[in-house]
Amino acid sequence: MSGIGSGYDLSASTFSPDGRIFQTDYAQKAVDNSGTVVGIKCKDGVVLGAEKLIISKMLEENSNRRTFPVDRHAGVAVAGVAADGRSIVSRAMAEANNYKNFYGDPIPGHVLAERLGSFVHLFNLYSSVRPYGVCTLLATYGKEGPQLYLVEPSGTTHRYFGTAVGKGRQGAKNEIEKLKLEELSCQEGIKAVAKILHQVHDEEKGFEMELAWICDESKRQFQRVPQPLVDAAEAAAKAALEAEDMDD
Amino acid sequence: MDGTMQDLALPVSMGTTIMAASFDGGVVMGADSRTSTGAYIANRVTDKITPLTDSIYICRSGSAADTQNLSRYVQLFLEQHSMELGDEAEVKTAAKLAQMMAYQNKNMLQAGLIVAGWDRHEGGSVYAIPLGGTLVRTPFTIGGSGSAYIYGLCDKLWRPDMSEADCQAFVVKAVSHAMARDGSSGGCIRTVTISKDGVKRNFIPGDSVPVAAGELPAPVRAVQA
Repeated sequence: MSGIGSGYDLSASTFSPDGRIFQTDYAQKAVDNSGTVVGIKCKDGVVLGAEKLIISKMLEENSNRRTFPVDRHAGVAVAGVAADGRSIVSRAMAEANNYKNFYGDPIPGHVLAERLGSFVHLFNLYSSVRPYGVCTLLATYGKEGPQLYLVEPSGTTHRYFGTAVGKGRQGAKNEIEKLKLEELSCQEGIKAVAKILHQVHDEEKGFEMELAWICDESKRQFQRVPQPLVDAAEAAAKAALEAEDMDD
Repeated sequence: MDGTMQDLALPVSMGTTIMAASFDGGVVMGADSRTSTGAYIANRVTDKITPLTDSIYICRSGSAADTQNLSRYVQLFLEQHSMELGDEAEVKTAAKLAQMMAYQNKNMLQAGLIVAGWDRHEGGSVYAIPLGGTLVRTPFTIGGSGSAYIYGLCDKLWRPDMSEADCQAFVVKAVSHAMARDGSSGGCIRTVTISKDGVKRNFIPGDSVPVAAGELPAPVRAVQA
């Protein structure tokens, strides 16, 4: 029983003497090492953006997704273990579908977020399972207006104006705080997100950017941002960053 | 069992007149008060307009037992639902739940329902759930055995721009006509009016129900000293 966890990290059903659950902490670390994923709530919708580190030069573009629609009015971006993310997406779709079938109305954002939180939390309770190595950013646009939620591996769920997870989360959060989110439209939002993702990306290798939004322009339906807009946002982001570099 | 008591072995059923109509800002629901077992009137002051939430009610027709218990299930589901929602349930949701129970158990149930109420999203709304378990949103609807006698009357009298008082008068008139013609409907008239200002109940005793053409007026009640 030696080593860093001293035996308290073998299952999620054991507390360490100072009150931590190491398996849960490790799951959060799996997310912290992943590509950055940011989400911001603008005045007319929510924008999600993911930095996808290039696994292989031979990988086809857009074959490794990080954003997924869950219902017409809801979608997620996942950071961390991609395979775990798929399982959360499929659960989210099932919850949305089941709610609509039962109550005849689309699932409200906070209900979906809480249900996903409860689901993820279950995997922190038993010795036979491991927690999800995934942070889920959930974007919804229903009767309550646009909303952004973050579900962590522990099951903790919060609603945000803007947040970021993954490698560059600290830098990204600093940049998000500088934005005037209550005045920002989603059109401007995708540029801001593109800029932040380029700013916090610090590797020689390039990355693929994935943007999704749900806003008035997308008729309140979750969709990936159309490629021409992504290209324009990326160009604007690079130009803005170069201009800032020149100033320095 | 001797011949005169045979009716008592029959199921308790509501040969009924129920209806709900929307007006600008809310809904009026109405019902007669007769519950029969065959020709025997088991209850002459029945309340067929049952609350599902504070601002959603259901008119019940068919088997008294089936509809009472169905309503209790819907009440339970709605209570749980509003807790998860952190808000009052919508009329649409209540109607959907009632419809699902009616449809999924249609082989076992005898239930014709009308769900109506007020919520801040849609305002007043009326949903009809007839025997098969269809769900239809309508401006107004009628149900129960007595409704067959008042289709023409209601089609003629209902207007989309009624005031609350007009709508209330329309419901009382329609239900009283059905009660006059339909042997299985009768007794008193109960109405429930739901708007953003809340719920108002009204009760018209049997001897004050408007008399239809050709009907004998109710005997004058002895005045107590």
